[in-house]
Amino acid sequence: MSNATLVPEARKISTEPRRSDKVFRGIVTTGGLSSLVILGLIALFLAYRGYEVLQQEGLGFITKAEWAITTDDAGNVLESHFGLSAMLVGTILCSLVAVVIALPISVFSALFLNFYAPNWMKKILIAIVDMMAAFPSILFGIWGFLVLMPSVEYWGKLINKYLGWIPLFEVKPYFFTRSPFVAGVVLAIMIIPIITSVSREIFAQAPLDRIQAAFALGATRWAMIKAVVIPHGRSGVIGGAMLGLGRAMGETVAVYTVLNIVFQINWHVLLGAGGNVASLIILKFGEASPYEIKALMAAGLILFLLTLVVNALANVIVKSTGKSGR
Amino acid sequence: MIQTPESEKEMTSSAQPSSLASVANAKSPRTQPTKATGTGLETRGIHAWFGKNHVLSNVNLEFAAGSVTALIGPSGCGKSTFIRTINRMHEFIPGAAMAGEVLLDGKDVYAPGVDVTKIRLQIGMVFQKPNPFPSMTIGENVLSGIKLAQLKVDNKDELLEECLVRAGLWNEVKDRLNTHGGSLSGGQQQRLCIARALAVRPQVLLMDEPCSALDPGSTLRIEETIRELSDTMTIVIVTHNMQQAARVSDYTAFFLSDGGPGEMIEVSRTSEIFSQPKDQRTENYVTGRFG
Amino acid sequence: MTTTAAPTKPWAKSPRDRIRDFAFAILAIAFSYAFVGVTAMKGKLAYAAILIIAYALITGVFAFVTRGGPAAKDAVIKSCVAIGAILTVLPIASIIFTVLKNGLPGIHLSMFTTDMSMATPTDPIATGGLLHAITGTLTMVLLALIMSVPIGILTALYLTEISGKFAGPIRFLVQAMSGVPSIVAGLFILSAVLYPITKAYSGLMGALALTILMIPTIARTSEEVLRLIPNDLREAGTALGGTQWRTVAMIVLPAARSGLMTAVILGIARIAGETAPILLLTGGGDKINPNAFNGPMGSLPYYIWKSFNAGSPEALTRAWAGLLVLMVLILILFTAARALSTRKVSK
Repeated sequence: MSNATLVPEARKISTEPRRSDKVFRGIVTTGGLSSLVILGLIALFLAYRGYEVLQQEGLGFITKAEWAITTDDAGNVLESHFGLSAMLVGTILCSLVAVVIALPISVFSALFLNFYAPNWMKKILIAIVDMMAAFPSILFGIWGFLVLMPSVEYWGKLINKYLGWIPLFEVKPYFFTRSPFVAGVVLAIMIIPIITSVSREIFAQAPLDRIQAAFALGATRWAMIKAVVIPHGRSGVIGGAMLGLGRAMGETVAVYTVLNIVFQINWHVLLGAGGNVASLIILKFGEASPYEIKALMAAGLILFLLTLVVNALANVIVKSTGKSGR
Repeated sequence: MIQTPESEKEMTSSAQPSSLASVANAKSPRTQPTKATGTGLETRGIHAWFGKNHVLSNVNLEFAAGSVTALIGPSGCGKSTFIRTINRMHEFIPGAAMAGEVLLDGKDVYAPGVDVTKIRLQIGMVFQKPNPFPSMTIGENVLSGIKLAQLKVDNKDELLEECLVRAGLWNEVKDRLNTHGGSLSGGQQQRLCIARALAVRPQVLLMDEPCSALDPGSTLRIEETIRELSDTMTIVIVTHNMQQAARVSDYTAFFLSDGGPGEMIEVSRTSEIFSQPKDQRTENYVTGRFG
Repeated sequence: MTTTAAPTKPWAKSPRDRIRDFAFAILAIAFSYAFVGVTAMKGKLAYAAILIIAYALITGVFAFVTRGGPAAKDAVIKSCVAIGAILTVLPIASIIFTVLKNGLPGIHLSMFTTDMSMATPTDPIATGGLLHAITGTLTMVLLALIMSVPIGILTALYLTEISGKFAGPIRFLVQAMSGVPSIVAGLFILSAVLYPITKAYSGLMGALALTILMIPTIARTSEEVLRLIPNDLREAGTALGGTQWRTVAMIVLPAARSGLMTAVILGIARIAGETAPILLLTGGGDKINPNAFNGPMGSLPYYIWKSFNAGSPEALTRAWAGLLVLMVLILILFTAARALSTRKVSK
């Protein structure tokens, strides 16, 4: 009896595409692989150019803070020390400040857009936020330098006055100008639109039937958000924050205009001495000798890898929420 | 042992007054004990619109305390819209508008200054598709209404057990209250949603086609639950299934839309609606000539 | 059947509610003035902070008294989210206001007809102009478009039409590519093209870097657009005996035309103001240079950067005027993209 029910094996269906389609598919696939090629080439060339410096400095390239080069009159390198640690610490510090400031503001404004704003206002605000995300960084940089910086330095002094006992907010010597805090605030303003729009999209996917269930149980709007929307969107918001972090870490011009670059590791946010890998490249590029350019290439490689990892993590997190968002 | 035994039922109902009193003390709008078999609910001249679209016209219905009323009719006749006007869920749809009064205990739920969240605590709702909160465990789901509205309850475990027993789910889940609701079957999830609605002690329970997404076995269980609940509360159930209406309800109201806004054609005792309807259209519907 | 009932929205705010909200706002303002006046605090920040706290408190207390604890929390959170939205929009209002205020004095007609070859940034505003910057930016954007649009759209086609086994990884890489810092793109062109091959600054180098930055924007937006094209259309094409190539070329792409335009415009908006790679690669001349393949080429970001760093009041005004031109350009591009995409939706 068991032999009687013979399940046939599934037939393989094969199509022989026409030549025009083969060509089409070939071209499209080649185009599609371009991102892989470009990313690979970036890593390859920066590593190739920076290899000499990386080999000479070894691990010191990311653990030491000194950045100096002396050459003789003929341009031969006599002595060189390239260490990126101050810049790396500065990059992380500035972008963390930015995320810490931007995250609550973005989450609140995303909640406002989704659950509080009237429809007409929602449309206008979304257009504004999207447009702000497309504004060039030089605009934020110059505006930040001339308009925002004086106020932010004042805020820094206030924070130092009342919270100065926390080591992070210590300022010694008493110098607030162009601190990582200022750069962080400018960066925060730049990444708020990014985090806001990612969070808004994720909140908008919160399941409607659960939202209704919460309201039907007598929840206020906030109680509903806490019970349904936030559990649903939590990891997506974290992913959005990391996208913002990646953007903030790679930002060049806006940071360069408002940050005082000092080759010394500084964890005090309010103190006017900071670092940023991307700004270092712009700062040193103008008068750099060929050998120093190689060091800058190596710095670029480190920055590239850093942002790549942060972005990859962010995308994985955002994507996994999109899937499990039931 | 699926059926709730008579003795257990006795026990739970005797346990009610104490926990009830504590809910009432916590500024709950509830003042009447559940034993008083629900509260009078009445709708007067209810109309509903979506934008310019007039979907429901002039519905006047009285729901006797402790009764089960079934709303039947073909799709698109405004039944669901109607029950969503009762607990003010209608207003979530953009462009929605309404007219008329919904009187709970003689007080209009749409009166200015009425706290809508309190209304929804008194008029619970069970939806078409089971929708437990995915981020909460089974136990947390049952008590979610308490948490959402920040009601104070003396003995949460007691309340949890009582609600699950009344929803007919206790025996199936009592050993896994701390697991997530996703592992439950569709019918169990729907009973979990019923238990969740019961935990805030509503006087009225609205059910919007609660069995339409379920298999016949689960449907039967839910119908049993409805019959048992009707001892203590007023139930309004929307259903597509005329047999279901006949099985569970005391009264039946027939809704119909002939292209225009939906209207309530006829309401009377369920037995009468199905045996000797007064309106020809009702007869055509219940005898299966259309719909 | 005479129904006289009129649609009402009993849940909407009544005039009385509006008056009450207004009164609360007035009360909060008065309180913040009084509080700042009495205590030692001073400054705009103090006013704003006290105002916010006062408003949240007043509405919260009112809600608590009338409707209890949860409602009070809800009211306070409502103030918080509104402040979040205000803080999001406030910077952009300030940016637009400052750019207009500082940039308008620097705008004059002859600046669109002359370049800076006969003037330095510190000269009076009336001399010189930014024609070289505008032409340079347009040239580079055009070159970047020629390179990035085919690659971007091919990538999107691969992801939607072929959707082969690499689709997942490629989508991931495109996302990763959109996070590449612009300075890294600049360094890459520097190391891969400028040093070994051309050995000289030119507009083309800038355009190459911009291409890298533009591809992910175009690819991602195009992918979203192509995804919106219903599958029936594709099936109809193949069912009629068309090859995939013909189906895509004659049915899918035309159907997505306005959406693809949007993608391209968003790509332009993304790169038009890009500064860091321009500083590394173009050399930034002060003279109109029509040849992107030879010699330094000016551009709006470079012009702004150079004027900003020159430091004198005239130079600053030039920088603001340049920013104004750049901002208007981006606003126009953005409005165009929006108009196109909404037309697509309405169709």
